[in-house]
Amino acid sequence: MSSELLPHTLDAHPVTGMYNGKFGVWLFLASEVMLFGALFSAYILLRTHGDFPTHKETLLNYKIGALNTFLLITSSVTMVMAWASFKLNDPGKGKLYLWITVILSCAFLFIKIKFEYMHKIHEDIIPSTSTFYGIYYCMTGLHGLHILGGVVVMLYFLTVGSGLWNKNQQQFTNRIECTGLYWHFVDLVWIFLFPVFYLL
Amino acid sequence: MSSDHHAHNPGFISKYVFSLDHKVIGVQYTVTSLIFLFFGFSLMMIMRWQLAYPGEAIPLVGGWLGKYLVDNNGVLLPEGYNSLGAMHGTIMVFLGVVPLAVGGFGNYVMPLQIGAPDMAFPKLNMASYWVYFAGGVTMLSSFFVPGGAANSGWTAYPPLSNIANTVGTYPFWNGQTIWLLAMVLLITSSLLGSVNFIVTIMHLRVKGLTMFRLPFFVWAQFVTSFLLLLAFPPLEAAGVLQLMDRVFDTSFFMPSGLVVSGVVQEYSGGGSPLLWQHLFWFLAHPEVYVLILPAIGIVGEIIANNTRRPLWGYKTLVYSVIFLGFMSFVVWAHHMFLTGMGTAMSTFFQTTTMIISIPSVVILTALLLSLWQASIRFTVPMLFALSFLPMFAIGGLTGLPLGLSASDIQLHDTYYVIGHFHYVVAPGTIMALLGGVYFWYPKVTGRKMSTLLGHLHFWPSFVFMNTVFFPMFMVGLAGVSRRLWDQTEYVQGIDVQGWVRMSSWGAWGLGLAQLPFIINFFFSAFAGKKVDANPWKATTLEWAAPSPPPHGNFAEVPVAYRGPYEYSVPNAKEDFHPQHIPDSQVV
Repeated sequence: MSSELLPHTLDAHPVTGMYNGKFGVWLFLASEVMLFGALFSAYILLRTHGDFPTHKETLLNYKIGALNTFLLITSSVTMVMAWASFKLNDPGKGKLYLWITVILSCAFLFIKIKFEYMHKIHEDIIPSTSTFYGIYYCMTGLHGLHILGGVVVMLYFLTVGSGLWNKNQQQFTNRIECTGLYWHFVDLVWIFLFPVFYLL
Repeated sequence: MSSDHHAHNPGFISKYVFSLDHKVIGVQYTVTSLIFLFFGFSLMMIMRWQLAYPGEAIPLVGGWLGKYLVDNNGVLLPEGYNSLGAMHGTIMVFLGVVPLAVGGFGNYVMPLQIGAPDMAFPKLNMASYWVYFAGGVTMLSSFFVPGGAANSGWTAYPPLSNIANTVGTYPFWNGQTIWLLAMVLLITSSLLGSVNFIVTIMHLRVKGLTMFRLPFFVWAQFVTSFLLLLAFPPLEAAGVLQLMDRVFDTSFFMPSGLVVSGVVQEYSGGGSPLLWQHLFWFLAHPEVYVLILPAIGIVGEIIANNTRRPLWGYKTLVYSVIFLGFMSFVVWAHHMFLTGMGTAMSTFFQTTTMIISIPSVVILTALLLSLWQASIRFTVPMLFALSFLPMFAIGGLTGLPLGLSASDIQLHDTYYVIGHFHYVVAPGTIMALLGGVYFWYPKVTGRKMSTLLGHLHFWPSFVFMNTVFFPMFMVGLAGVSRRLWDQTEYVQGIDVQGWVRMSSWGAWGLGLAQLPFIINFFFSAFAGKKVDANPWKATTLEWAAPSPPPHGNFAEVPVAYRGPYEYSVPNAKEDFHPQHIPDSQVV
């Protein structure tokens, strides 16, 4: 590789209107849609096959689910604020909002694990209890792993990766934007998961 | 990518092992996948002994295979046969052909053909190779765990795959679970690769290289990348669900009241084995086109170059490939006509399957018409490309009776199916890929492969490919099931035993026929005849770079002035117009 950046690392390509990273993240998200789409399809097929309980018969508490939905949507807002602050050349504020996003996501994970998974396991409800709980653990668990991945990436930009800001502000801001795109997607998946499991 | 100035003078490790250069990664992919191809083929050579001479000790290697594959006398065990079958399919498809066609050729050739200095994301590119490598090592490690490697077929159909490989320290340390984990790694690798390919092709084309000036090979890689990007995740979902079934005792794929060996299984039930098949084939049918399209791309390049004339119907070819890509997502259930999913479903998928055969025939016809009245140069790569055409046609045409739900009743799950898809993938794709190795070898090493050894490789391979696979049609039409350890236990199997032995001897002959290639591949790297940057007198941009291309590929960034196949232009100085040379210098 030459010491220069590859074309369109920073500037948008005239046809796609995106820089390389952003285009890449959109493609990655398309693939993620297929992943979760397959799981939602599996849910539908299993629901038509097995005797799925309605939400009133399950141990799923929609109030906890609603609180978590609120936390995630808020974290999406703070994520945008973080990107906007970096874009407006205010790294202090950007980092603050990024920290708030991390805290909100950790709160989501804490509530999910402590008050939902642990509670159910305590009541002897595990994935093998029924196909409904199996797909519940599987899909929310996979979503939780996506949240965890996002937190790791944000912590990277807040600590080890923060030096890039001083070297190349635009590249750093672009990376925050890409993280944000991913984050909104993870948020969106939850917005589908919540009604499917807690309300139907 | 990085503004790191140390990158100018990298050490051995960062130059050849953890390299960010697409060319080194391409060579890594090529060599690794060729080794996997030969390994996967060797598994089949062992299986063919049991099929040809059932119950006889395997010669030469029988004593070496270990207790999971053979008994004390060196006879292949039924479980061992199933393991070899499952691993042969998995290794050939996911560790051999796709990494060679996409990871190897795509990585090396595609950026050069679009005039790019590298792939758009060099670090992702490196990660893609090493995740693939880890997946391959994980897959191979399953031969050594208690109970041996996965033995539920490469399709891993439940409920069988859920209840198989349960000896040893179930649920973790066993063949099927490791198969699933390795598949997750391989899927991740192809995801990283496909994102990289699409962004590179869209964003890093040089000035003047519009989409319709792209070489056909780049188009093939472009569509292939979309298939990898969108078709693999459902298999990942299915893999996660099967992993849950095996490790956490869920019953996504276990129907209520399943009885195994007279014992009612204790599962919560309510699952559906068909769910797996739908998710699996949603990947695996587009996967078929992932196997074929890059090969068609390679054949297109070789044919244009060796007929010295433009590809016949370039735009038709491009539109056909795009249409093929779309259609490949709506044909998957033609693998499932006999599952009882219903006649309405069968009718739909039969119709789409008939439709998808049209662009395939268009592509083949266009490539054939390219040969018409051409003064063909019979170089070694051209021999492989030419042999691809009829053999791929046999593979494609024998697929039609399988795509019609009525005739599929007779043919489903017989050796006819094996013959059909192997004709597409082995005498088709693999011959094209080997041709590609001969074609681009001078670009990678600066030296040509030996023509004599090339002929010694091509002619026996061509004969033996047909010796292996053509008899399978007869065996299958006689009604022999594809997964039998000993088909002579059935009347129809005894009658066709001669054909089975012919296949087996063909397979061993084919193995021997690869020796000239192996010698040629390694020795030509330092003993081959030195060549200049453009030994084939080709037009596309990769031949504008030096051989081998240096770091950053081009001495100066090229500009594309014309389409990819401007051969035999009237009133021109030479019979080819490279894409990067301005009009004023060629006419």
